Amino acid sequence: MQTLEALLTDHPFFQGLKPEHIQFIAGCGKNARFDAGTYLLREGEAAADFYIIQHGKVALEVLAAQRGRISIETIEAGEVLGWSWLFPPYRWHFSARAVEPVRAIVLDGACLRRKCDVDHDLGYELTQRVAHILMQRLQATRLQLLDVYNVQKQGRA
Amino acid sequence: MREIENVMDPMLPAPYRIQRVLREIADTFTLELEPVNSAALPPFASGQFNMLYVFGIGEIPISISGDPVRRELLVHTTRAVGTVSRAMGDLKAGDVIGVRGPFGSSWPLEQATGKDVVIVAGGIGLAPLRSTMYQITAQRERYEKVVLLYGARTPKDILYRRELEQWRAHLDLDVFVTVDHATKGWRGSVGVVPRLIPRAPFDPSNTIALVCGPEIMMRFTIAELERRGIAAEHIFISMERNMKCAVGFCGHCQFGDHFVCKDGPVFQYSQVRDLLVTWEV
Amino acid sequence: MMPSVSLHVNDTVIVGSEHLEQLLAALHRSGYKVIGPQVRDNAIIYDTLTTTSELPAGYTDEQDGGSYRLKKRNDQAWFGYAVGAHSWKRYLHPPLIRLWQASRNDSAMEVSSSQEEAQKYAFFGVRSCELQAISIQDRVFMQSGHSDPIYQSRRENVFIVAVNCGQAGGTCFCVSMNTGPRVTNGFDLALTEIIDDARHDFVIQIGTMLGAEMLQSVPNRAANADDIREAEQIVATTAEHMGRAMDTTGIKDLLSHNLEHPRWDNVASRCLTCGNCTMVCPTCFCTTVEDTTDLTGKKAERWRRWDSCFTMDFSYIYGGSIRSSAKSRYRQWMTHKLSSWIGQFGTSGCVGCGRCITWCPVGIDITEEVRAIRESGSAPAAEEQEGHANA
Repeated sequence: MQTLEALLTDHPFFQGLKPEHIQFIAGCGKNARFDAGTYLLREGEAAADFYIIQHGKVALEVLAAQRGRISIETIEAGEVLGWSWLFPPYRWHFSARAVEPVRAIVLDGACLRRKCDVDHDLGYELTQRVAHILMQRLQATRLQLLDVYNVQKQGRA
Repeated sequence: MREIENVMDPMLPAPYRIQRVLREIADTFTLELEPVNSAALPPFASGQFNMLYVFGIGEIPISISGDPVRRELLVHTTRAVGTVSRAMGDLKAGDVIGVRGPFGSSWPLEQATGKDVVIVAGGIGLAPLRSTMYQITAQRERYEKVVLLYGARTPKDILYRRELEQWRAHLDLDVFVTVDHATKGWRGSVGVVPRLIPRAPFDPSNTIALVCGPEIMMRFTIAELERRGIAAEHIFISMERNMKCAVGFCGHCQFGDHFVCKDGPVFQYSQVRDLLVTWEV
Repeated sequence: MMPSVSLHVNDTVIVGSEHLEQLLAALHRSGYKVIGPQVRDNAIIYDTLTTTSELPAGYTDEQDGGSYRLKKRNDQAWFGYAVGAHSWKRYLHPPLIRLWQASRNDSAMEVSSSQEEAQKYAFFGVRSCELQAISIQDRVFMQSGHSDPIYQSRRENVFIVAVNCGQAGGTCFCVSMNTGPRVTNGFDLALTEIIDDARHDFVIQIGTMLGAEMLQSVPNRAANADDIREAEQIVATTAEHMGRAMDTTGIKDLLSHNLEHPRWDNVASRCLTCGNCTMVCPTCFCTTVEDTTDLTGKKAERWRRWDSCFTMDFSYIYGGSIRSSAKSRYRQWMTHKLSSWIGQFGTSGCVGCGRCITWCPVGIDITEEVRAIRESGSAPAAEEQEGHANA
């Protein structure tokens, strides 16, 4: 059984982070398992944690009145889930449900924020990485919005 | 000095009979064709296209999506979205259409020998790459890792589902499928196809990437492939432009200095990189 | 009729204007349909030429951006003008032609080519820029992979009587493009008209054996050093009076490195996308096809006709046109003509004939557009730091 530090070091999100930083934040973490079909987090709840997905697949969902539950994106092994722990009001904007059994390291958000306050270098590293994820997800979302496979007809039939 | 490639008039279509029409997804269908007059098809390579003519209606360029080795049947998959393609979609087995070709450049599989091959297809872009998959699986030992990343709009729009499942069943192929928008019951990945790239199992320093799909999807895909470390010279795309002749005379398919009908449709990304980001070129 | 010595390639002879008719006769006898300049509807066009009396004797043209006027000359020169809206491409690369016919019954489709033995043409009065344009289209249609049988069959049989220009046009810039005014090769016969109070004859350079044969029956005398000097002087004078000039230094990269130059927006605000330039340009070659059927649905035809990159349809693929803005379409035409063409066919696509300037309804001048971009564009060798105005 690997230590939390070893697991975090292996995860792509923390690539390049100094060992002492990894050690520092490992103190905020614990291992967690989620059965298929269970929710890791729900829309509107307090955004307490930062999920480092080790194994499995998580679907980000919203509930739309007539359409029911809609999965807008899946997050998979090697990725991370949740950034609302970093920004007030610290509430989730989506729900996340395990599509397959999920193993993750759960880092306590408040703990991480306290450590970032103490060590600004760590704060910078984490914020940079989260910003990068945000950038990638935004680009992907924009491409999703463009609905490129179903181009609108213009004029000519 | 004259270089004449074709003694025959390149604008004359040859008659082909429809053996079978397959309804794929939504507005997409496949024609399996046999030449009326000769025994075997002209040889083709994956990535090339033919001009298909519907009697009295018109002619459109369609990529070949059949097996290059099987010389009895010509296979084309297309969407019924315009006058000609819709008329084509109404045809039945036994009907005759005109075929000119094959034209254009092909996917450079010879450059992939001994390398990992990453195939990224979006929507109908899987049609020309199916030929490539047939070619690869027939000569699997030539390549290292082979990864197919496929993105469709919704689970109902997944093209060639049966082939995808067959390829996935191969122990030495990786197939990842994602959809832009999930529907109830979909347990697979949701998100655009470039999202599959960061974690796809290939070695960027030894990979050839083949990309086909809507232009925007190709640009976003290339960004991710380059982020993984694949050199621009090792990425190949397939372009689409208006074509009337397919032999470089009508001028419609120009893309910078290139004629998509003869310099393409397959292009090395490093050759067209600047053109791809120039608007309306 | 004076018995003449046997003529050879590269000989230069003098033929009096009264005798040139016999050249036409010889061409007619050999089965050529002679096409030459004539006045029609206040312009000089190319059409079937039966006698030399149909030539625009005594006419000249005044050309400028968006302007073409015929004027009377002080003399009766037969070729005292530049080029008009027509070019020889309409004979080698017909504006409208049937490619094939097809018929079908229940289980079969038969296609038969419509290409028959092409008419033999003799082009009478081909300017150097036009000769270059023909040579450019030769590369497009016969030397770039596939060969176009329509162009090839017409081209193989064409007899060319070229003319060295004695009059520069207001929009001419062949000197800049290195395409004239002196005819250099590709002709069967090349004429230089000498006309003054004392004489009206033609210095004729023989370019091919066929040219020599045609001229054999025409009364002529060997040209002497004075004749040749006078002919060369005429052409040299023409070269000094070009109406326009274009600096082609590094033009391929200059244009391809400045695709987002603000000048394109400027010209787009003037361009009507009427496509006149593409119709009159002697090298523009784009075509489209039309598939038609009869009412029974059993017979079909495919026709080919001239097309223009200025139309919205030209670049249409499912979802819309690639080039929908006027800016992108003008840019496509000009960068193809002056830049991409070099990459595609090894030469410029422009021969400096000035037709696009003259026949543009708003007088857009391609030489000026190049100048504007050159004066404020980024130098091709320098680092591209232009910020692109897209999100």
